Amino acid sequence: MADKLLDAKGLNCPLPILRAKKTLKEVPSGGTLEVLATDPGSVADFAAFCRTTGNELVESSSADGVYRFLIKHTG
Amino acid sequence: MAEAANGDGNAKTMTIIVTKGTLDWAYPPFILATTAAAMGVEVTMFFTFYGLSLLQKKLDLQVSPLGNPAMKMPMMGMHMGMPNIVAMLPGVEAGATAMMKNMIKSKGVASIEELREAAIEAEVKIIACQMTMDLFELKTEDMIDGVALGGAATYMEKALASDINLYI
Repeated sequence: MADKLLDAKGLNCPLPILRAKKTLKEVPSGGTLEVLATDPGSVADFAAFCRTTGNELVESSSADGVYRFLIKHTG
Repeated sequence: MAEAANGDGNAKTMTIIVTKGTLDWAYPPFILATTAAAMGVEVTMFFTFYGLSLLQKKLDLQVSPLGNPAMKMPMMGMHMGMPNIVAMLPGVEAGATAMMKNMIKSKGVASIEELREAAIEAEVKIIACQMTMDLFELKTEDMIDGVALGGAATYMEKALASDINLYI
């Protein structure tokens, strides 16, 4: 269970990333943020975001057109 | 993570020269500025010529299909470009703008107001070109708060010290 959940379904680039960045601030260091999105571009974007900011992308999966990202706040 | 050193405290910087003030071309600079800021980049946006209209307190951005064959719009059950002879008629630009705004909304794309707000919130530095302000007789009181005035040398100082410089 993630410390925080962000529902970014229906939002398009770059809103899921912007909302995730904002929400990460509310997650304590070492904690996790779960993001749900429907933008197919978010798969590559969350990977790039995490690589660049030093946050850990623990999980990236999809089911029924919903993408789920689990980010560990380490950046 | 090896990249952890590039976290929020990194000193990467980017500048964007914003020259266009139509609804469509307002997107690339604000999308890149807000995303870069979210990725820990310090961003400076330099607004000049028509880009200055993006700083007006009340935005009234339009998009014109005139002379823009790449702009395909949903018409007659498909997406097609509008012939110039139609695009030049009064009201067509307003219609195309309304159509674009509807598409933006229905696809979950942010509004320019929303992105601009996010840029300000992320402490993106905003510089308005003093010369164009004078040329077009624009006033700072008609613009959003937090706009700094500057010229080419102000921009160059930032650009010379930046990792990325874009012209849009």
